[in-house]
Amino acid sequence: MASLDDLKKRISSVKSTQKITKAMKMVAAAKLRRAQESAEKGRPYSDKMNNIILNLSNGISDIENAPKLLSGTGENKVHLCVVMTSDRGLCGGFNTNIIKKAKLYFQKILDEGKTLKIITVGTKGYDQLKRAYSEYIIERMSFKDSKNVNYFDADKVGKIIIDKFEKKEFDVCAIFYNQFKNVITQIPQEQQIIPLNNSEKEENSSEDNYEFEPEEDEILANLLPKNISTQIFKAMLENSASEQGSRMSAMDNATRNAGEMVDKLTIEYNRSRQAAITKELIEIISGAESL
Amino acid sequence: MSEEYSVEIVNPEKSFLSKDDVTEVVVPAFEGEIGILKDHISIISFLKPGIIKIFSKSGEESFYVNDGIIEFKNNNLSILTSLILNLKDIDKEKISEIQKSAEEELNKSEISDQEKYLLDQKVEVLKSIN
Repeated sequence: MASLDDLKKRISSVKSTQKITKAMKMVAAAKLRRAQESAEKGRPYSDKMNNIILNLSNGISDIENAPKLLSGTGENKVHLCVVMTSDRGLCGGFNTNIIKKAKLYFQKILDEGKTLKIITVGTKGYDQLKRAYSEYIIERMSFKDSKNVNYFDADKVGKIIIDKFEKKEFDVCAIFYNQFKNVITQIPQEQQIIPLNNSEKEENSSEDNYEFEPEEDEILANLLPKNISTQIFKAMLENSASEQGSRMSAMDNATRNAGEMVDKLTIEYNRSRQAAITKELIEIISGAESL
Repeated sequence: MSEEYSVEIVNPEKSFLSKDDVTEVVVPAFEGEIGILKDHISIISFLKPGIIKIFSKSGEESFYVNDGIIEFKNNNLSILTSLILNLKDIDKEKISEIQKSAEEELNKSEISDQEKYLLDQKVEVLKSIN
């Protein structure tokens, strides 16, 4: 059994860890509220953007000549995966979940004999992927220095993607991020952004006749790159809300576990103290009796 | 019959402005300014750098936009833009900052004609504000 002093030290160290996790939980809770707010505020923009693109792509008569960003290159050989993770750790399964999802996808691509390219956004994703997939990573980015998620960062990522697409470096692009559902659940998402996957196209084909100025294809050509940045921005917002939510529940758990540990250690401490006292008493009594 | 319709301006961060009592909006569309009144035909267009003017019952408001897309449908005007500033509480320094970076961009050699046109516009509009 550990000595009383050792136990005392352990109790105080667990207690100070608990203080840290508790503080981190509070900070995460405050940040979560802000992140959630901005995620909600960002939604109208991406929704409207989607709507307009839907309307526009319905209006395009000549599928053959549709912009490549919409219809794809016609091939399906090189896949670019943008894996978006956080820059900081201690947020539970947040990063691991994205990586797990992404690795499944990577495996599928490689098994099919296609070429894989990876861009990581956020340092944690790079750290986890560099061991197994370092030869595929073509770019790594991190926005550690930006205090809040902002559109210009997203635009930077978007521009890199489009640049690479125009140089014909890949055919299909997918992004990976966590969708924020609530504090406890975040769903890792895989979203294809190039070519644009319009699954709802059929149901939503409205008969609105729009006037276009300039022509549809010219508008689309201008709009699609913006849409990429918008999608990335949306993913970033969702990600930051998810990160804080995940961290909050992870730290909540840690605080609770630390509390349990302190309780257990305190009982052990009291027991051994009592044992020591009893032992001493017995010694005194038997000493007195022998006289 | 009332002559009013609603307008909503959104930027990536938030819904910037939303009004129900607008009588006319003038936007700097790519091929020239467009004034939109009630019951305009459905239209989609995109914007070049310029000034959006919104006329409503409560008065006139002007905004500077960097770029954007507009969609008008069923008497609802949506304006999506990445950068919008209200001319009323505009900050001179910010304007000169944007202007400077646009001018720098303009001096690069490898830009396309279209980009050049847009940047020219931008610089001109910014000069007129300042």
